[in-house]
Amino acid sequence: MIKVNDLKKSFNGEEILKGLNTEFYNGKTNLIIGQSGAGKTVFLKCLLGLIIPTEGTIEYNGTAYSTLEPEQQRELRKKMGMVFQGSALFDSMNIEENVMFPLRMFTKKTKEERLKRVNEVLERVNLENVNKKFPSEISGGMQKRVAIARAIVNKPNFLFCDEPNSGLDPQTAIVIDNLIQEITKENDITTVINTHDMNSVLEIGENIVYLKKGNIEWQGSKDDIYKADNKNLTDFVYSSELFKKVRETQLKAD
Amino acid sequence: MRFLTDIGQYFIMLKNIFKRMTKASVLRNLIFKEVDDLIISSLGIVIFLSFFIGAVITIQTALNLNNPIIPKSLIAFTARQSIILEFAPTFMSIIIAGKVGSFITSSIGTMRVTEQIDALEVMGINSINYLVFPKIIAMLLYPFVICISMFVGIAGAYLAGVMGGYIGPEQFLQGLQDDFIPFHLVYAFIKTIFFSFILATVPAYHGYYMKGGALEVGQASTTSFVWTSVVLIITNYILTQLLLS
Repeated sequence: MIKVNDLKKSFNGEEILKGLNTEFYNGKTNLIIGQSGAGKTVFLKCLLGLIIPTEGTIEYNGTAYSTLEPEQQRELRKKMGMVFQGSALFDSMNIEENVMFPLRMFTKKTKEERLKRVNEVLERVNLENVNKKFPSEISGGMQKRVAIARAIVNKPNFLFCDEPNSGLDPQTAIVIDNLIQEITKENDITTVINTHDMNSVLEIGENIVYLKKGNIEWQGSKDDIYKADNKNLTDFVYSSELFKKVRETQLKAD
Repeated sequence: MRFLTDIGQYFIMLKNIFKRMTKASVLRNLIFKEVDDLIISSLGIVIFLSFFIGAVITIQTALNLNNPIIPKSLIAFTARQSIILEFAPTFMSIIIAGKVGSFITSSIGTMRVTEQIDALEVMGINSINYLVFPKIIAMLLYPFVICISMFVGIAGAYLAGVMGGYIGPEQFLQGLQDDFIPFHLVYAFIKTIFFSFILATVPAYHGYYMKGGALEVGQASTTSFVWTSVVLIITNYILTQLLLS
């Protein structure tokens, strides 16, 4: 579980995050949503330890990151997996080497053990016969799956995803969403997803945090969201005609 | 004022290169790859340029020495001194700054743009060490490249001089040995070691700290070449003053 206490972050005197208090739960897909400029990326980078907050603390399974020594912080980082918006696969390595990378860096496994684990996770993300291909030789959806495989290969406790569906067709996006949700439940990890994709919100949003201008305006699940009376939230989530009709249908059904 | 910030940031980067070393078995593979990318792949252009520049130095010297009092062996002497003291170590380094330096800046810059460097940092890896340290180690072989450049340059000078009829083979060999000061070779290789460090780190700095997208990667490569050349020329002046004056 990740607990955020009064998190503030300023850049050049401008406050981007204005005292966030929230929790992200184990075994659940936690989503951060909000308009561009709401502070989602800064929040995610704070959670990853890439940006040091101006004030406040972030606790990972009860341990506050800021109280740890640098070496302990690096050890904690090794328990985090990250799926980047553009996949961020290493161009110079083939798929097998990309997925094996965290194992080579942080474990003392033999080459056979590493290869076995790589094949296990590649199979888990439904990728076969791509081991020797390079990132440029596979599709965007496959790259995302490889990125997920690399993020989970070292059995992390925390999985962070930045816009995992960007650039994917709707069908592949749902496959990726479901895959992340399944992996979260199978491994009982804390998954935090930064997304703009309203399909993802309504499909896998078990704990949704809505950010607006650096504040948390609303928090709840996909089952609560259509009943929410926060106008900013409903304007944001149900911005398209299709989603407005979906909401009306849901409200009528209630 | 921007360049003062850059100088400060460059030295902070140098300090960080040697912190939190990457696992040895991973580093070994990276170093071999960098030797291939930075050293082996440069040999072709170095040999080609050195041969013809050596030849041109000889022809131009010969055409400008038409006084019968001046011995022909001076042509070889001039070629040797030009190649060993300046052409091979300094001007070849500027050419390599264009080839190797642009490669380093664009490859690291592309990694920055595509979040590959962020991916390393998230994993708890010192990305500066992972990316730059193997390049510094690989560039320790750069003096061998310059050694080849000297040899091929003088061979080019010999062939152009002798086959062009400007100087006899004995006269050339005589001139090559006249007033030879072994310290000049030491001086050239001391310069080369400094240059190899500059060639690895200045372009890496421009790639690592670049911001923006694909267009900015191109701009960073150009800026990197300009600054690497400037630093090489200034370092060349300082070392020459210190070692030869």
